[in-house]
Amino acid sequence: MQNITFRERTPPAAEASTGTKVLEPVSSAEPAPSVRLAKNYGFESAVGAVVVIILTGALLVSALTNPAFGWSVFAEYFFSEPILRGVVWTLILTAISMFVAVALGTLLAIMRMSANPILRAYSIMFCWFFRGIPVLVQLIFWYNFALLFSYIGPFQTNDVVTPFIAAILGLGLSMAAYMAEVVRGGILSVGAGQVEAIRSLGMTRAQGLRRVILPQAMRVLLPPMGNELIALLKWTSLASVIAVSEVMHESSLIYSRNFQVIPLLLVAAMWYLLVTTVFSVGQRYLERHFGKGGH
Amino acid sequence: MHAASAAPTPMVEMRRVTKRFGETTVLQDISLTFPEGSATAIIGPSGSGKTTVIRCINHLLPIDSGTITISGELLGYRRGKNGELVELTERQFCRERASIGMVFQHFNLFHNLTVLGNVMEAPITVQRVPREEARKRALEVLKRVGMSGREESYPSQLSGGQQQRVAIARALAMNPKLMLFDEPTSMLDAELVGEVLFVVRDLAKSGMTIIIVTHELVFANEACNRLVFMDGGRVLETGTPQEVLRSPRHERTKEFLKRIG
Repeated sequence: MQNITFRERTPPAAEASTGTKVLEPVSSAEPAPSVRLAKNYGFESAVGAVVVIILTGALLVSALTNPAFGWSVFAEYFFSEPILRGVVWTLILTAISMFVAVALGTLLAIMRMSANPILRAYSIMFCWFFRGIPVLVQLIFWYNFALLFSYIGPFQTNDVVTPFIAAILGLGLSMAAYMAEVVRGGILSVGAGQVEAIRSLGMTRAQGLRRVILPQAMRVLLPPMGNELIALLKWTSLASVIAVSEVMHESSLIYSRNFQVIPLLLVAAMWYLLVTTVFSVGQRYLERHFGKGGH
Repeated sequence: MHAASAAPTPMVEMRRVTKRFGETTVLQDISLTFPEGSATAIIGPSGSGKTTVIRCINHLLPIDSGTITISGELLGYRRGKNGELVELTERQFCRERASIGMVFQHFNLFHNLTVLGNVMEAPITVQRVPREEARKRALEVLKRVGMSGREESYPSQLSGGQQQRVAIARALAMNPKLMLFDEPTSMLDAELVGEVLFVVRDLAKSGMTIIIVTHELVFANEACNRLVFMDGGRVLETGTPQEVLRSPRHERTKEFLKRIG
């Protein structure tokens, strides 16, 4: 390949009067000089970087030298049977609550956009109510549901609303309220032209939603949905207060016996971080899958 | 009744149609007839109501008064007790609407589906055509618009002209008796206009009833047998393209033709 560089040509009189500079190609055998771009870090950011490095270093040194971190206890319990069982229950609780939240949230979003004012109002009220009450309060409420109704139909309330079911209700209903807004944002992001095309082809609203609108909304909807999933994963730790044996509950049971509070909190924290990382990777894969249509 | 009358039922008949958007009246008491097999171009300055006319025909927009019939039948309305029109819900008439194809200015292909998926979607979900037959039909119409070989592409991978031809194929796959085109070439680069108009001309020649809103006067002149000029929500002229383009009766038409021609 021939290298073509440009050099400024001395402008002829006519062009000189307008002040334009003309570039003309120069053929040359020698390679064009390479360019190294300036790194515009500046003084302030250099100071910032030093401070950050010192703080992180201090934390690392402390973590390695301060025996209170109890890394041996951490290692002992990280893969212990009760902890692993707790992790599995955390995942099950997250999965079921997320399923409830997505299904109910989608329904709420569609109701919110309905032509029927009663459905619209119901959806708005639902979100207002379940988003406005802290998850912890809701969990304890569902846990004590039997105080309100002793029987649900022929069944004893405590047999139906077990701690696990109470956790799914508390987590799923709250998350549904958030999810409704996420899904609605996704649906609104799909252009009006798509809706016109759906109508002109004689497709019903439901067919259009299922086949065109929701799949396209997924592209916009996945990043915030991934955030909500991670938030939900962390919310499940609240279920430890109503004795659901997820990983936080298992950790606290152990440290209440052996008083190794910090090591066992680190065990739980590390598991949450691990699962969050796996979720993030899965999210990236899903985003690529739904992004393939592009725009 | 209809068989006994002398004149055949027109494909589309609009009688004294008025359409308002809030305070603005966009169609003022319009009456137009589109015979079966005719190719009609609607021209006029922007804001004249041309697009609104075809959107009212397939009931993408409801009208405020008057009647529109397709082959003698109302679309999206039923007769009330006192002869007034009562709007139906979309679910009640969407199968009938499927007999009218529509092609949009912005193509409006489904971004999440491939070319083949776009063309097969409505025959399967609306007309309940078996999958294999829908596929066969889709391949046929794609061939007709010159898009064979791009079945697996996504709309975003196609040029504007190609997208518009797929959009035409999508409408044709429903075996429509009437095709509506809403400025099908106004979003296209000059060099891509020809390929789309070629397909439309082919359809007009095949005897399908078409109504096209366009700014392409040359095309309207050679491919259409009727021309409608609209301005300010009214129909000012109707006739053959030769009549309207060569000897317009209204000052407003002359002015428009001079500006655009």
